[in-house]
Amino acid sequence: MYDFAYQKPSNVADAVAALGADPEAKAVAGGMTLIPVLKQRLNRPSVVVDLAKTGLAGITAGAGSITIGAMTTHAAVAHSADVQRVIPALAALAGLIGDEQVRHRGTIGGSLANNDPAADYPAAALALGATITTTKRAIKADDFFQGMFTTALEPDELITKVEFPAATKANYQKFRNPASRYAIVGVFVAQTAAGVRVAVTGAGQGGVFRHTAMEAALSKNFSADAIADVVTPADDLNGDIHASSEYRAHLIGVMARRAVAAAA
Amino acid sequence: MGFEGIGAAVRRKEDLRFLSGRGHYTDDINRPGQLYASIRRADRPHARIKGIDTAAAKASPGVAAVFTGADMAADNIGGLPCGWQIHNKDGSPMAEPPHPVLAVDKVRHVGDPVAVVIAATRQQAKDAAEALVIDYEDLPSIAGLRDAIAPGAPLVHDEVAGNLCYDWHIGDKALVDAAFARATKVVKLDLENNRLIPNAMEPRAALGDFDSMSGDYTLFTTSQNPHVIRLLMGAFVLHIPENHLRVVAPDVGGGFGSKIYHYAEEAIVTWAAGKLKRPVKWTADRSESFMSDAHGRDHVSTAEMALDADGHFLALRVSTLANMGAYLSTFAPCVPTYLYATLLAGVYKTPAIYVEVKAVFTNSVPVDAYRGAGRPEATYLLERLVDVIARETGIDRVELRRRNFIANDAFPYQTPVALQYDSGDYTATLNAALKVADYAGFAQRRAAAAARGKLRGIGVSTYLEACGIAPSAVVGSLGARAGLYECANIRVHPTGSVTVFTGSHSHGQGHETTFAQLVHSQLGVAMDQIEIVHGDTDKIPFGMGTYGSRSLAVGGSAMVKAMDKVIAKGRKIAAHLMEAAVDDVEFKDGKFTVAGTDKSRALAEISLAAYVPHNYPIEELEPGLEETAFYDPKNFTYPGGCHIAEVEIDPETGVTTVINFTAVDDVGRVINPMIVEGQVQGGVAQGIGQALLEAAIYDKSGQLLSGSMMDYTMPRADNLPNITVGTESTLCTHNPLGVKGCGEVGAIGSPPAIMNAVVDALADYGVRHIEMPATAPKLWSIIQAGRPRLAAE
Amino acid sequence: MPQVSLTVNGTHHTVEVENRTLLVELLRETLGLTGTHVGCDTSQCGACVVHLDGASVKSCTMLAVQAEGAKVTTIEGLAAADGTLHPMQEMFREHHALQCGFCTPGMVMSAVDLVQSHPEGLSEHQIREGLEGNLCRCTGYHNIVKAIAAAWPLMHGKALPVAAE
Ligand SMILES: Cc1cc2nc3c(=O)[nH]c(=O)nc-3n(C[C@H](O)[C@H](O)[C@H](O)COP(=O)(O)OP(=O)(O)OC[C@H]3O[C@@H](n4cnc5c(N)ncnc54)[C@H](O)[C@@H]3O)c2cc1C
Ligand code: FES
Ligand code: FES
Repeated sequence: MYDFAYQKPSNVADAVAALGADPEAKAVAGGMTLIPVLKQRLNRPSVVVDLAKTGLAGITAGAGSITIGAMTTHAAVAHSADVQRVIPALAALAGLIGDEQVRHRGTIGGSLANNDPAADYPAAALALGATITTTKRAIKADDFFQGMFTTALEPDELITKVEFPAATKANYQKFRNPASRYAIVGVFVAQTAAGVRVAVTGAGQGGVFRHTAMEAALSKNFSADAIADVVTPADDLNGDIHASSEYRAHLIGVMARRAVAAAA
Repeated sequence: MGFEGIGAAVRRKEDLRFLSGRGHYTDDINRPGQLYASIRRADRPHARIKGIDTAAAKASPGVAAVFTGADMAADNIGGLPCGWQIHNKDGSPMAEPPHPVLAVDKVRHVGDPVAVVIAATRQQAKDAAEALVIDYEDLPSIAGLRDAIAPGAPLVHDEVAGNLCYDWHIGDKALVDAAFARATKVVKLDLENNRLIPNAMEPRAALGDFDSMSGDYTLFTTSQNPHVIRLLMGAFVLHIPENHLRVVAPDVGGGFGSKIYHYAEEAIVTWAAGKLKRPVKWTADRSESFMSDAHGRDHVSTAEMALDADGHFLALRVSTLANMGAYLSTFAPCVPTYLYATLLAGVYKTPAIYVEVKAVFTNSVPVDAYRGAGRPEATYLLERLVDVIARETGIDRVELRRRNFIANDAFPYQTPVALQYDSGDYTATLNAALKVADYAGFAQRRAAAAARGKLRGIGVSTYLEACGIAPSAVVGSLGARAGLYECANIRVHPTGSVTVFTGSHSHGQGHETTFAQLVHSQLGVAMDQIEIVHGDTDKIPFGMGTYGSRSLAVGGSAMVKAMDKVIAKGRKIAAHLMEAAVDDVEFKDGKFTVAGTDKSRALAEISLAAYVPHNYPIEELEPGLEETAFYDPKNFTYPGGCHIAEVEIDPETGVTTVINFTAVDDVGRVINPMIVEGQVQGGVAQGIGQALLEAAIYDKSGQLLSGSMMDYTMPRADNLPNITVGTESTLCTHNPLGVKGCGEVGAIGSPPAIMNAVVDALADYGVRHIEMPATAPKLWSIIQAGRPRLAAE
Repeated sequence: MPQVSLTVNGTHHTVEVENRTLLVELLRETLGLTGTHVGCDTSQCGACVVHLDGASVKSCTMLAVQAEGAKVTTIEGLAAADGTLHPMQEMFREHHALQCGFCTPGMVMSAVDLVQSHPEGLSEHQIREGLEGNLCRCTGYHNIVKAIAAAWPLMHGKALPVAAE
């Protein structure tokens, strides 16, 4: 790891100012992505701005929605009685991220900002139609994710909270990479008043995406059978030593059917 | 305190240290004034080094020195030696290209060390290593075995034609050819043994120290055999005589073979400590381990069995390509020959066997022994072949095995490939395993699984291995450049407590407990008065270390012999004290007794007399009670047994779940059943890892694609089943303890059991053989390909 | 040099570190608490697990400066002051849940957190899943799983409810 300066501002405004003051500055939330990257010497920030004291953690249950502060850990979401009650699929998803030790540190803000193509939260955000509130604006999930490791965030813009509308029924099915345990394919299915949304993570070359063919079929008939014949083209999917694009295409179907069948 | 002798499941003495964070591993050791080494390694598989610009690195903060291969050459430092020489079919010696400590002129695999930076802190050393500018000219490269022997393939070493290290054979070719000519049926199978990365949880580390007053060097290292390192590094690489070189292997966090070998970093830190007159420490990052620890396995083979009409094995013909990597690691050449080909008789009375092995250089990390070493490859080949034969002859796979087993009355049994088995009962372990695994009830469980949409399979493997290595004269005649005896020194202190100095090394095997049980049994000393010392060349007379499941069979036997000497001397002292004839003095339960009387002396009384020799036969006997023995085994030992795996495959995803695993092994006499179970379970976990999860994957050119735990699948708790372990022992006939060894059986017997179960589960999909690891995508494509065929039927 | 103040195993420390110093480096190198190990560089193995304000974390994936003001417990601080082993340590020994001992400190710290955070009970399946962040190359996990199940009643003072799996 290269050395860097370290700041721990006590409010969001100071954090934004610190990030704005130096283009090479980098925020750290749980550090579960940033620190491994720094250890591999793949990134060289001048200043690391620690968000731990910015007061962005916390979960509130509203009428028909859950709002999660950016610094809320995966473990807090997984164990939250509110999340379990309002959007059980979201709590279950948080419990599938990494391992317990990672979940004790890693945050929802960090996960969404990072937009790893194999991360889990992006699937939930996209399928549930979450709204991501930042220090500058509110961004719809549909506009937030802009390709692998790329989001709508500007360099000095921080996620402050994420609001997830509750779904009538939802479920997330993850097929883990056997080595890293990230998603090879993760499918989040949500049935809402506005229709059915299906988001796929782990598979797309451009990161998380919505599966419109499945959405159309499920909007007519919310059952696993309805998507049994929906073919997912392998063309734009990732292939690597763990799974070919064809296998990923196939798994999207399997995970989607299982998610629909299990949706609650 | 209950019974603690041989056969008792005594809780381990070493655990208190490990459980409270007081283990003492190499990286835990720090010396005053210590510097840190960081090694710059090749990032490409094959290239000429045109120049190394060290200026920026030398100017980097905290840097004490930068050394390259040229600096080592200028100091007349030797290359890393190979401990075994194999001869070609024509009698000429194998190709043995130089293995420089730091690359000179060329790099030959990703991870090949090019330069070392030594600095005040770890981070400063890393910063500076990155500042080295290396000018490479890339050369064509190859990593795959078949590619490497293809005509016109790029050469890893210019002087080694065809990348062929050796072309070796064993067995009677004419006899085998004749048997094939008259066979009713021949079954042939092509198969690979997947390349593995050992990944002991403790990364390798080395700390060199130099005392400029005495000229003494000390190396602390993560080694399974410190004396071997002292011998190889002292004599061949750094030219330091034994009296000036101490090698200490303190607590070592797992080895599995990967910490047997003499590695470049050990020589680098020792040499650099001498040059800089400061201690120098190096600790591998896990990413470095992936590209610098010796890998394991990596065979491509063709096997053919000639059969008579009743399914009796008439002859076996095998031809194997074995990957050596870019250089010969310490034991590498013997693994695919004497630890592999000689095992191809297995538990079967196949009368004629012929094996050809070509060892091949490639632009990849050196390959050497990894848990089981050669024997898993042999077992996998045989046990997969036997299952294919069963399928193709229609003979039940268990019955086919029974029909070909070496009978219980055939021991000692001479195989057609050099080994002589001393004892075994393959039917007993098979029967016991079938019972424990409820083999008879499988059909029902398969039907129940099918009703849940799952494909269930069961797989059996009946295996044998040779361990307790090894008779020195025998291995010497086969090309070993060392002896493979073991040494033990037993020191009975004046008050009767005992310290054992053993040349075996424990890195998880529990020697501090098992060996203490031996002493407790033989000398009657209480467990808490026995201390086992290992891993320090300054304390232990000599040692060949721990690998090949040799610690108890060879190291333990040396202890027994040393204790015999202690008792013999004690009897003389006791006879003197009790005014009896030596022949009348018996030793039992820690007491010397005059036969037929109630006169006796405890061991502690004798040892006190030995160290305070006031009333003592001083004319005939030296004072003191300390004896040393070297034990050279008469033969290998031959553990064997039966492993049964039951798996379920999800046809939608191809995911395999191991439902249960049964291992019934004959490991000879069991000293501590708790430790034996643990050893077998750990070995089985590695075997399941090989069968289902683990693969070192290189691209064609030699870039390692599975170079971290993000891409190399290590078995985790949720990948593994409960592992039921049983033992059905016959005793080894040629060592004093009757022990055979249990360290490797788990990793040897299990991969074919799993793969036989996987193939069994997919029986309806027209599959004959599946290469390891049986990953989900692989099985899914097999299932996909099988579907149309079945639908068409 | 930057300073960090934290409490480790009940003792307060203020030490100088680089900003890039990892918590595990502070523990091992600055404080000499070498019971916490480093087995990987990709946050996969769990050899480095300690408790930070009561929760298990990977000390290789945290900056020392992030632990400012925190209470850290390492394997050295798990046994009682008089040396009495924690029930988890006891059960690891009783069930032979360690061989080389390298993964053991992290494994024990994760296991303690796992049992503490499941007062309702723990099935074998949950134990295996709960160990996802800890690798052991020696034991095959079989005995580790047994040890954790055996520690549960000792830590919660009641029998382990039969799992409804
Ligand atoms: C062993 C391991 C396994 C893992 N497995 C999974 C898995 O299965 N699934 C999965 O989804 N993830 C997995 N992760 C990643 C984990 O979920 C991370 O926690 C997450 O991706 C990043 O969150 P963080 O809080 O740790 O962010 P950090 O690492 O602190 O930051 C990540 C990036 O986000 C930026 N950032 C952080 N917070 C904000 C904010 N509020 N606003 C704007 N930018 C911000 C940072 O500047 C940085 O660029 C794993 C990680 C590890 C170490
Ligand atoms: S050292 Fe491997 S996870 Fe921390
Ligand atoms: S006991 Fe050796 S790694 Fe777990």
